[in-house]
Amino acid sequence: MLTVAIVALVKVIVVLVIFLLMIAYLTWWERKLLAHFQVRLGPMRVGPHGLLQPLADGLKLLFKEDITPAGSNRIIFTLAPIITFVPTFMVLAVIPFGKSITLFGKSIDLIISDFNMGILYIFAVVSLGVYGIVLAGWSSNNKYSLLGGLRSSAQMISYEVSLGLSVIGILMLSGSLSLVNIVNQQDSILNWYIFRQPLAFVIFLICALAEINRIPFDLPEADNELVAGYYTEYSSMKFAMFFLGEYGSMINASAIATTLFFGGWQGPWLPPVVWFLIKIGAFLSFFIWLRATLPRFRYDQLMRFGWGILLPLALLNIFITAIIMVW
Amino acid sequence: MEFLIFFIAAIILVFASVLVVVQRNPVHSALFLIAALCAQAILYLLLNATFLAVIQIIVYAGAIMVLFLFVIMLLNLKKDEFGPERRKAQSFFGILFAVLLLMELGLVVKIGLSKLTPADASLSFDFGGVQLVGKSLFTDYLFPFELTSVLLLVAMVGAIVLAKKKL
Repeated sequence: MLTVAIVALVKVIVVLVIFLLMIAYLTWWERKLLAHFQVRLGPMRVGPHGLLQPLADGLKLLFKEDITPAGSNRIIFTLAPIITFVPTFMVLAVIPFGKSITLFGKSIDLIISDFNMGILYIFAVVSLGVYGIVLAGWSSNNKYSLLGGLRSSAQMISYEVSLGLSVIGILMLSGSLSLVNIVNQQDSILNWYIFRQPLAFVIFLICALAEINRIPFDLPEADNELVAGYYTEYSSMKFAMFFLGEYGSMINASAIATTLFFGGWQGPWLPPVVWFLIKIGAFLSFFIWLRATLPRFRYDQLMRFGWGILLPLALLNIFITAIIMVW
Repeated sequence: MEFLIFFIAAIILVFASVLVVVQRNPVHSALFLIAALCAQAILYLLLNATFLAVIQIIVYAGAIMVLFLFVIMLLNLKKDEFGPERRKAQSFFGILFAVLLLMELGLVVKIGLSKLTPADASLSFDFGGVQLVGKSLFTDYLFPFELTSVLLLVAMVGAIVLAKKKL
């Protein structure tokens, strides 16, 4: 009993530390990649090729003055960033990182908890994340923040529906809600669900982009119309928490897409964990690439696209999958 | 351990539920309702009803309450919009119905306690999981299940008709 608890604790700590490091270096990678897309060099001063830039940024944010605007709702204003970034950590609990390994004569599964309803758990936790943004917008007592918060709640609810429906095709094929089972079923590249559910993958990717508020769906923060949207009034560590949450959910979206459609940690020659990280890295770079390429949607386009195109397509995908399965 | 978790969740549930009613600010009420729903999900988990717990979070805490908050924020209610006269009438009916509800609860407990039987030992450990809940929904309870979906559809159509003057 005690060893189980200790093993679980060690796993949680290791995953958390790696996750935080990944978030820090994702900001560096994003700045570098964007810079090179725009024929610039990006951060170069702090460390070789700006490699220590994330640490400098973190320190800078810590030492900034923490401002709570007058007329804001103090408790909720403080609570909102915490609500945003805690769910992103909770998602990690059910994602399998690799095959089980043997350490000190004990076999250890590289997953924090093999919950047999992993996908549903992820949807439950992610759906709580929207509160952080909505409450931040409301409690700031600022028009732009409120508009950002309202936009985000409408956007996230709309795209959550298609997101959930897009995964159902996979559930029907795999017959399991456990992410471990789904990864185990994709043991060769031909069995990857991207080839068996291509439409679902496209819908999933678009909806995931909308859920993590990335360009072209970054309406909640739309810099040029809303200043910075829901986090306009935030500074210092609270601001940093929003960024932790945002980049964390970017990593989560990549991890979930990898697990569901690209075989998770499965791959030849290299160790499973390395494969997992490579696939996540590819997704993250793709998200950054999109940011360098696409303009932002207009609000009515966003809504019409979500309800008018993605939702019927997701339903159609379920329908086609069912027909093929019965055939 | 299980008892400790139950105790904490139950305390959160009771206090959050009371605060939902007592709070003056509607946004705070909504937030305490979310906390209460999450605590309730923990109680479901302790009863091994995992599917119900997760669905509780997805549907109630994750979707319906977001819409509640959304509407509250759009309306931006002020405190003085609830006049004092209305509160007098409200408190009269509130107390009346609270007393009635408590009496009913007492009656139900009194009748129910004598009819309690020990738990069915043939139930498998995973009786609250997706597979078994889904199976019973689509076999034993198929008719009520489909009927509910029609009811929801009717409600949805009604809402759309009300919201859109011109279709």
